[in-house]
Amino acid sequence: MKTEAHTSHAADHHHDAHAHGSLSTYMLGFVLSVVLTAIPFWLVMGGALPSKHVTALVIMAFAVVQIVVHMIYFLHMNAKAEDGWSMMAMIFTIVMVVIALSGSLWVMNHLNSNMMPVHQMSGMK
Amino acid sequence: MSTNPDLIKLVFGRLSLESLPLHEPIVVGTFGVVALGGLTLLAGLTYFRLWGYLWREWFTTVDHKRIGIMYMILGIVMLLRGFADALMMRLQQAIAFGGSDGYLNAHHYDQVFTAHGVIMIFFVAMPFVTGLMNYVVPLQIGARDVSFPFLNNFSFWMTVGGAVLVMMSLFIGEFARTGWLAYPPLSNIGYSPDVGVDYYIWALQVAGVGTTLSGINLICTIVKLRAPGMSMMKMPVFTWTSLCTNVLIVASFPVLTVVLALLSLDRYIGTNFFTSDFGGSPMMYVNLIWIWGHPEVYILVLPAFGIFSEVTSTFSGKRLFGYTSMVYATVVITILSYLVWLHHFFTMGSGASVNSFFGITTMIISIPTGAKMFNWLFTMYRGRIRFELPMMWTIAFMLTFVIGGMTGVLLAVPPADFVLHNSLFLIAHFHNVIIGGVVFGVFAGIGYWFPKAFGFKLDPFWGKLSFWFWVTGFYLAFMPLYVLGLMGVTRRLRVFDDPSLQIWFVVAAIGAGLVFLGILCMLMQFAVSILRREALKDVTGDPWDARTLEWATSSPPPDYNFAFTPVVHDNDAWWDMKRRGYKRPLTGFRPIHMPSNTGTGIILAGLSTAMAFGLIWYIWWLAAVSFIALLAVAIGHTFNYHRDYDIPADHVVRTEEARTQLLAGAKS
Repeated sequence: MKTEAHTSHAADHHHDAHAHGSLSTYMLGFVLSVVLTAIPFWLVMGGALPSKHVTALVIMAFAVVQIVVHMIYFLHMNAKAEDGWSMMAMIFTIVMVVIALSGSLWVMNHLNSNMMPVHQMSGMK
Repeated sequence: MSTNPDLIKLVFGRLSLESLPLHEPIVVGTFGVVALGGLTLLAGLTYFRLWGYLWREWFTTVDHKRIGIMYMILGIVMLLRGFADALMMRLQQAIAFGGSDGYLNAHHYDQVFTAHGVIMIFFVAMPFVTGLMNYVVPLQIGARDVSFPFLNNFSFWMTVGGAVLVMMSLFIGEFARTGWLAYPPLSNIGYSPDVGVDYYIWALQVAGVGTTLSGINLICTIVKLRAPGMSMMKMPVFTWTSLCTNVLIVASFPVLTVVLALLSLDRYIGTNFFTSDFGGSPMMYVNLIWIWGHPEVYILVLPAFGIFSEVTSTFSGKRLFGYTSMVYATVVITILSYLVWLHHFFTMGSGASVNSFFGITTMIISIPTGAKMFNWLFTMYRGRIRFELPMMWTIAFMLTFVIGGMTGVLLAVPPADFVLHNSLFLIAHFHNVIIGGVVFGVFAGIGYWFPKAFGFKLDPFWGKLSFWFWVTGFYLAFMPLYVLGLMGVTRRLRVFDDPSLQIWFVVAAIGAGLVFLGILCMLMQFAVSILRREALKDVTGDPWDARTLEWATSSPPPDYNFAFTPVVHDNDAWWDMKRRGYKRPLTGFRPIHMPSNTGTGIILAGLSTAMAFGLIWYIWWLAAVSFIALLAVAIGHTFNYHRDYDIPADHVVRTEEARTQLLAGAKS
């Protein structure tokens, strides 16, 4: 389909922005993700950090880095892929997810503290 | 005669003869009429031997234009059903005073208002909007079809599958009695043990697959298939609003899918996501469903804004005022529509900080909307305005939508919302913006693009009659609800004690009657236009002296839309081409590569519907068999290598030659 469109388009995106990875980048990605997986395991099983809270937060941080590693080395995300549309879609997705998650946490936290039935009951007595 | 109850349960699940609502005379009567009408239709199709034609040319088509038209037909059919529900409610509320129980019992009435909301949003507004986008967007960007034509066919039939499930619930079993968003705990198995909520869940899940896939499809189409020269800031405004709408669809419908999936887990296997015990929270359901629900209303209204933009500039004979600001306003609305969802439940118990944040974001969203309104006004300013029907709908929209917008800002103030929440004021507000915005927009779009789709204009007399019935009917039906809401009347009530309220409900019922006449006139308009099609014929392909690319090709466009892909230099591409004395190419045609029709979409959707039916009625074997068949057909389709064909060059030559002669005939 659209052979004419393609030939005239060719000038625009002939430099195929699909940066296909080489063996070394795949290996680098693999090693990084293994390391990023091993450290959280060690944190939990070895009990390296005194507080459970801190451990949970550190694991979350590792998870975020892990996602970035996957994006870059396995999904070949970069600012140029698909004329920048991939990056744009990515940023939009992150904004949406952050809004939905942080918003829900904020809202539900409020509802929880305002709507505690136990508290109301004891207040009535 | 011996019957084995276990065996019957295995075969029929909870479906039994008692599931048929034979004790409801209204439903039985409706069933009689529908069955008679359906049989007549089937007999007619068989008598005129239309089945083969329908199957080959329409049901299996992958042509975005035909799929668009089928979406519109689905929307019109479901509008009749949804509007019948509206009339029933208006009648019930107008007579249920002074000890009278009205004519609907509570069991039936609760289903009617739930079905009305679900049908109007999911199976009327969504098909209308998707249908128009499907038809117009590829033409506006100079493409030959959408990016994934088979997926488009599949999406359409999934939407039909959802609609079929809702219609089925009228005659087999019952529909949800929970309101259109099915809040738990009422929608949990404990309070709604029957099939109603299950029909609701599976109808939306089946249709939701279609909606999400068609969103992905249209985004790809707009991003990848634009004609050379059409940069993002040269896209027609309708294409821009379609892009933003489909981004919203893709980002928000998964939330709905997940929420409904969690609710079905609660109902089917006894999890506790939305129960009040064991750590579950019904409030989480409300929170999540509005994260989908608020973007949903912008999904509906953004394409309508796009239609009004096209119509205003065409019928004012001017370039759209403030194109850039229009695009930015659309994008800002897209983002902001994700930041306002809590205004649907200010009263659920969040603190002042949360409520004020969402109140303020809600008020901010009226700024880009207001900017659009001024752009349309300035487009009309000193324009040579032609008051054809699409323009009339646009002006009715501008007057009506501003009222709806102002009551919206009122409701956005949390303290005011505490008084007005769940009142008829709210009902009046959202009907004000959805009818005044989306429905008027769709009607403007139908009037505007009908000649493109069929090659003749719609009859203006019946159209104007319909217009005036609709607009006056709308005001009579909903202005009384504002008054009642301010007096504190809440929504979804079946009977009333205070006789002084009755007059308002009677006025509202009269308004609904006028809207009914408007709908009848619109059907009449279609019929009359088809009969008078020779007199209303347009051979130029550009009956309105319009500005965007869809008017560059013939009406109706050939299968391949454009013999040569146009090259774009301006955001009113066709206007620019006309001004520069564009000549249609008459030679040098080449074969055109096109996708082939396939029946896989309708088969997959049929199997999905059967699976949903099995799940609704606990007929597990049916669900399992349909699911396996679904997988088999989907995998089988990947081995279908006859996906495309070439339209031979001489066919293109003949089609274009015929158009040349038509155009010559029109000039002489």
